[in-house]
Amino acid sequence: MINRIVTTMAEALEGITDGATILVGGFGNVGQPRALLEGLIERGVKDLTIVSNNAGSGGEGLAELMAHGRVRKIICSYPRSATSTVFEELYKAGKIELELVPQGTLAERIRAAGAGIGAFYTPTAYGTKLAEGKEVRMIKGRPHVLEYALHADVALIEAWQADRWGNLTYRRSGRNFNPIMAMAAKLTIAQAQHIVELGGLDPEVIVTPGIFVDRVIHVPYGDPPV
Amino acid sequence: MPDTATVRYTPLDRAGMAARVAQDIPEGWYVNLGIGIPTLVSDFVPPDREVIFHSENGVLGMGPAPAPDKVDPWLINAGKQHVTLRTGGAYVHHADSFAIIRGGHLDLCVLGAYQVAENGDIANWATGERDVAPAVGGAMDLAAGAKRLWVVMEQTTKKGEPRLVKRLTYPPTALGAVKRVYTNLAVFDVTERGFVVRDMVPGLTLEELQAKCEATIHPPV
Repeated sequence: MINRIVTTMAEALEGITDGATILVGGFGNVGQPRALLEGLIERGVKDLTIVSNNAGSGGEGLAELMAHGRVRKIICSYPRSATSTVFEELYKAGKIELELVPQGTLAERIRAAGAGIGAFYTPTAYGTKLAEGKEVRMIKGRPHVLEYALHADVALIEAWQADRWGNLTYRRSGRNFNPIMAMAAKLTIAQAQHIVELGGLDPEVIVTPGIFVDRVIHVPYGDPPV
Repeated sequence: MPDTATVRYTPLDRAGMAARVAQDIPEGWYVNLGIGIPTLVSDFVPPDREVIFHSENGVLGMGPAPAPDKVDPWLINAGKQHVTLRTGGAYVHHADSFAIIRGGHLDLCVLGAYQVAENGDIANWATGERDVAPAVGGAMDLAAGAKRLWVVMEQTTKKGEPRLVKRLTYPPTALGAVKRVYTNLAVFDVTERGFVVRDMVPGLTLEELQAKCEATIHPPV
């Protein structure tokens, strides 16, 4: 019997080591796997490369991981927000490396990794600082920039519902980077609000089939009011 | 008697600029609105005109802010504010959301900017300050990918420096991308000749408007 559901955080995060490249789902705090990030802090791994759209806000989740000095480098599109003070301080002090990637290029680099595509050309960022040093090719009369797939050791994602095969659904805009990150890592770990019986998810609404998921941990936060 | 040059015309306020942009968006368009004044545009599209708003974080058919007791924590827009989904709306993941943007499926993107050059170059993501971490988000994808890019911004900076320039002095977001600019004083098309005035606030003269632009502006044909 296939059972990808684990019951403890230690089992969920088993095998993550120092120096790992970790994809972290979410757009801002929505869809961010907070419990898994807290577990990662507990686990104590360091020298991490984190790939996430934002660089954490407030003092929890990704921001807390960075505050503990565990993140060597962040690859993201938008590290700034009114409350991204942890990142800002580390950045000003030269204690964290930043690779800034246009958001669509970030998503496509992750998608490409999951789809077995080594690199692709895009017009995004041509003629800007973010394309400096990158190969450019004219395609149908328009300059395109070469961008490489972004593979990772681990993906940490937040789902809404999961079954024991690791089939997942998401809630509203909490979907964001989670499905493509699930496909791009060697080890994909999902925290899910609800665990349902196998067969309990309509096959037409499963967004991430279990082939992309290694472990699921049940983390109920409580349902939203509507 | 007050200085006539300051009383003959009234610049649009932020809501007025957003309303002016909204006038030009026809039914049926798929539209992405950037952060700031562009976000206000959707408030001025009448509900019976079906315009579908896209948010980069995977929301197609975004509606207005919810009542405080109807907030769903999982439903936000690109500015990370709580929003709603219209009947007929859909959610997509991030790669599909940016396929919508980069694949040329959006009829229009409206962005704010620091500067627009007469060749359509846009600068809206960085000012070149050294000790602030740069942040780009979806600006470069939106500027390069939408069928049309319109910019809405003040005519000049707070210090009175023109934002319609011959060549950018801020770092570019995309080259040759802007098709139209809406300011608090006028609307400009970006053409092969450069900026062509489409309309101006009542009472403003072309000479007065030119004085607030570094680039040469051309009268409507």
